Amino acid sequence: MLLEITQITQHFGGLCALAGVSFGVESGSVHGLIGPNGAGKTTLINILSGITPATSGTLRFDDRRIDTFPAHKIASLGIARTFQNIRLFPALTCLENVIAGQHLIAERPLLPRLLCLPGAIRQEAVYKQQSLDILVRVGLADRADFSAQHLSYGERRRLEIARALASCPRLLLLDEPVAGMRRQEMLSVAELIHTLSQEGMTILLIEHNMAFVMELCSQITVLNFGSVITTGTPAEVGRHPEVIEAYLGKSDQDA
Amino acid sequence: MVHLTYFFAVYGSLINFIGINVLLALSLYVTLSAGQLSLGNAAFAGIGGYTAGILTTQFGVPYLLSLLAGALMAAIVGFLLGMPVLRLRGVFLAMATLSFGEVVRIAAINLKITGGAEGLLGMPAYTKTWFIYLVIAVVGYFLSRLRYSRAGWSFESIREDETAASAMGINTIYYKTLAFTIGAFIAGLAGAMYAHLNYIITPGEFGFSAAVNLLIYCIVGGSRVWYGPVFGAALLTALPEILRGIGVTAGPIRMFVNGLILLIVILFLPNGLISLFQRRRKVAVSVLAGAGIGDN
Repeated sequence: MLLEITQITQHFGGLCALAGVSFGVESGSVHGLIGPNGAGKTTLINILSGITPATSGTLRFDDRRIDTFPAHKIASLGIARTFQNIRLFPALTCLENVIAGQHLIAERPLLPRLLCLPGAIRQEAVYKQQSLDILVRVGLADRADFSAQHLSYGERRRLEIARALASCPRLLLLDEPVAGMRRQEMLSVAELIHTLSQEGMTILLIEHNMAFVMELCSQITVLNFGSVITTGTPAEVGRHPEVIEAYLGKSDQDA
Repeated sequence: MVHLTYFFAVYGSLINFIGINVLLALSLYVTLSAGQLSLGNAAFAGIGGYTAGILTTQFGVPYLLSLLAGALMAAIVGFLLGMPVLRLRGVFLAMATLSFGEVVRIAAINLKITGGAEGLLGMPAYTKTWFIYLVIAVVGYFLSRLRYSRAGWSFESIREDETAASAMGINTIYYKTLAFTIGAFIAGLAGAMYAHLNYIITPGEFGFSAAVNLLIYCIVGGSRVWYGPVFGAALLTALPEILRGIGVTAGPIRMFVNGLILLIVILFLPNGLISLFQRRRKVAVSVLAGAGIGDN
């Protein structure tokens, strides 16, 4: 297991958003996290990325406890994320967004820059090329010099993925990566996620589009009211009576 | 040549003031570039000014050493202040730094070593015009290089979205404190140079209105690139003289013009007057060209 989530509980005042959530994410897998609105999916992603600390429970990433780490330290271990409500750097261009995302892999020391050393300039060209390559991967190469606030909704989502990829993460957390996307865009993101997974990246994604999740994920965890209903393969999850109940409700005969 | 000498005789002190204000505006630019609204930079200038002034007048410390000491003192205070207050965001940070500024001003009024309300007297006029502009050139060069370093990108990221920046691996507390400390250093340096310009410094010069003026320089000039505040500070410091030159008499009308410029810039040029010159460029410019970031 690359990521082990054990008995994670989160209270917001009197509200219990997560009640003892436990599951594991296998290395190299595409793991789906689904559930009705308000089930606690985004809350869990926020805990995993260190944005909000959990009330209790433990997180292990690569056999290391990370639940007490601040967000930047968790990121430095190789966990990158996107946000449900897209948090780009709006005034920067697409290319600059990705360049800023290279924080963890690019040293960019000040002194050689002050002295205008050629090595620093060469190195910067390499970083820039890496950023451009990532933009090509998410299909935004022709938008490199556009400022992020002028992108369409789907393009913003893809740019956020590009920024997350810039740090070369081992685990990528995607919070509704294809929400609001056109079908064609969605397929290209699905293909990108598939390729990333084949290259060895582990991906944990939240998504409401069931076809997308069923097609892409090797494992799925279903959350409802802050608790895990089940974790399994798409086929297993699709048959699970409690999952069907959570999504479609109970039938009259059962009641 | 005679004209030039005459020009300097008349406007020499204005040119010096412009230089000092440009440096102070640059100090605030660093803090603003990391998205932190500080109203404490005038107080940092005061700390630098008093430190350097006391050192040269009472301890006979050489000028350059006193500048360094003033800047370092401001930086140390900035660092110590930054650690707790940079956990605050937006207007709360502004309030905290504002009250710090008042603490410094009132301390300067009540302490013996600072000369109380009368101010600190007797600093020799060591600060020369060429030296001020040399320092501006060095600071400007430093800031233009800093922008595309790791710290510079971190400042940008934090200003744009602090939560996203931390999720990208940026230690936001560290970089915010760094920006704050660099800003305090530059402000302290400017204050130390100012102390050796005028024979006297008084606590009131580093108070609330000075702090707000610095912010106005940055807003009017534009705080997205380092030369924006330079332009804003130069324009607004020279404005009374420019107005006199075109026949506007002294009095409330000058404040009115100041306010009008500020209002127009806020309403129509959110990235400052400097964006007027950048508009002509394409939507975006190459990153490595190093300019024209994000005005549209």
